[in-house]
Amino acid sequence: MIENALPDDPTPPVLLTTPLDAWHRAHGARMVGFAGYAMPVQYDLAGALAARCRGGVMAEHLHCRAQAALFDVSHMGQATLTGATAAALLESLVPGDIIGLKPGRQRYTLLTNEAGGILDDLMVATLEPGKFFLVVNASRKDDDFTHIAASLPAGASLTPHPERALLALQGPQAQAVLARLCPAAAALPFMGVASALVRGIPCLLSRSGYTGEDGFEISVPAERAEDLATLLVEQPEVVPAGLGARDSLRLEAGLCLYGNDIDELTSPVEAGLTWVIGKRRKLAWDFPGGVAIRDQLDNGAPRLRVGIRPDGRAPARAGTTIAATDGTEAGVITSGGFGPSLNAPIAMGYVRRDLAADGTKLSLLVRGKELPATVAALPFVPHHYVR
Amino acid sequence: MADTDTRYTKDHEWIRLDGDIATIGITDHAQEALGDVVFVELPELQREVEAGEACAVVESVKAASDIYAPLAGKVVETNQVIVDEPALVNGDAMGEAWFFKLEIDDIEAFNALLDEAAYNEFLETL
Repeated sequence: MIENALPDDPTPPVLLTTPLDAWHRAHGARMVGFAGYAMPVQYDLAGALAARCRGGVMAEHLHCRAQAALFDVSHMGQATLTGATAAALLESLVPGDIIGLKPGRQRYTLLTNEAGGILDDLMVATLEPGKFFLVVNASRKDDDFTHIAASLPAGASLTPHPERALLALQGPQAQAVLARLCPAAAALPFMGVASALVRGIPCLLSRSGYTGEDGFEISVPAERAEDLATLLVEQPEVVPAGLGARDSLRLEAGLCLYGNDIDELTSPVEAGLTWVIGKRRKLAWDFPGGVAIRDQLDNGAPRLRVGIRPDGRAPARAGTTIAATDGTEAGVITSGGFGPSLNAPIAMGYVRRDLAADGTKLSLLVRGKELPATVAALPFVPHHYVR
Repeated sequence: MADTDTRYTKDHEWIRLDGDIATIGITDHAQEALGDVVFVELPELQREVEAGEACAVVESVKAASDIYAPLAGKVVETNQVIVDEPALVNGDAMGEAWFFKLEIDDIEAFNALLDEAAYNEFLETL
C-alpha cells in the first residue's frame, strides 16, 4: 500500500524552487513536486503555529475557512505587458473586456484557441493605461508567455517576473490581518489591485484568491518574500497552508484547476465559464475560437461541467468514469476528493447535457463498483468575497 | 523494548498473531505518509485472500491506497470502528485502528515477515 504516498523513485528529477523554499522547510513543510517546482503540500507545524493549527491538509483547510491561511503560489507565472496597443493585443487572445478594464481593476479571463478550447486561465490587472499585470498557471507559463509574445505588436513588450514571489493570504480574517500591516488593504475592493507597502515591504496587492474566501494575492520582490511570509504568520490568525488545502478549498469553491477541469479540449461553454466573455466581445466574437464558442452557445454544448456529491463516504478521484442510472456512459470526473468543510466527498466533472441538472442521479465507477452520486450546485461552499 | 510479536511488511502493514488469527493494520509511518485518512473500505467477511492480494482501501485527503493481504487466509473479522471514524487511523494506527483479521494456515509465513528491527532498518533506506 501507500504507493501513492511514497515516492517510487528516490532520485526525483531536479525541481525548481520558490524564494520561500528554505522558509517552508524551516516551518515543517512536506515538499512535493508540482508543475516542476518543489512545493509544500502540507505542514507539520511546531511552536506557536502548532498551538493555532495542528497542520495537515484537513486542519490547514479548516483554519483558512475559520481564520486565515498563507499560501506560497510563487510557482505561478507573473508578467507585465506594456504598450499603447497592449489592451488590443490581449483582446486578440482572450474573450474578456480588457479595453474596458479600469486602472486598479483585475479580471479573470481565458486564453483560448481557434477551436474554442482553453489554453490557460489567468488574471489580468490594469495597473495604468497601457500597463497590465498578468498571473498565469505554473504549468502553462512558458507556453503562455511564448503565445503572447508571438502576437506582440511593435511598441508592446512582455516582461516575465521570475524575480518576484507571490503569496496568497486567504480567509475571513485576511482583511483584519493585512489592514494591521498595511492600512490601505482594507479599502481594496474585490478584484481591486494596488501597490502598497506592507510594513515597509513594497507589494502589489490584489483582492482575490482561489479558496472562495475573502483574501489577497500579494506579489513581492523575491528577496523580501521571507520577510513578508514571516511577518504574516506572526499575526495570531495566520498559519501557513500547503497545496493540499489549496486544492480542497478551491474544489469546495467550485473553481477550475487548469489541466484537470479545463484544458485545450474543453470550451468555456462546457466549463460554465461563459461569464468571462465581455458583453462588448459578444457583439463581434473576435477572439480565438469566438465563432465556435458562439455556435456552442446557440446550439448547446454536448457536455457540461457539474458539481457531484457521491452519496457515501468514498471519494471519487479525477479520471473516474461516470455512468447514467440506465447504464449508459455519462462522462468523467475531472477533480475529486474530500471536502473538509462539508466532511464529505465532493467532485467536479463533465456529464452529458441531459444529465447536468441539479439533483440528477449518477453512478461513479470506483474500483469496479458503482457508487451512487448526485449532481449538485456549485460552489459546494458559498463564496465569501467582499463585494 | 522491541516488540518481537509484531511483524511488518515493506508495504507498511503490521501483523500480530494470536493462535492462527493474524490482525492487520497500517504502520505509524504509513498513516504519517498518507495524511488525514477520510475513508476506509474493508474486505468482506469469509473472503479467502492470497498473500499480496489487494483487499482493503484507505483514502486520505491526498490519495487512495490499496492495502494488500500480507499473508494468505480467510477474513474472519473487520474493524467497523475505522469505517465510521477514519481519523482513528491517524490517531492510533498501531492499536485501536486495526483493519481486519485473517485466519491463516501457514504460521511459517508469519515468521518470515520483517520483525521490528528489520522494518525500522527498511524505513531508514526510504
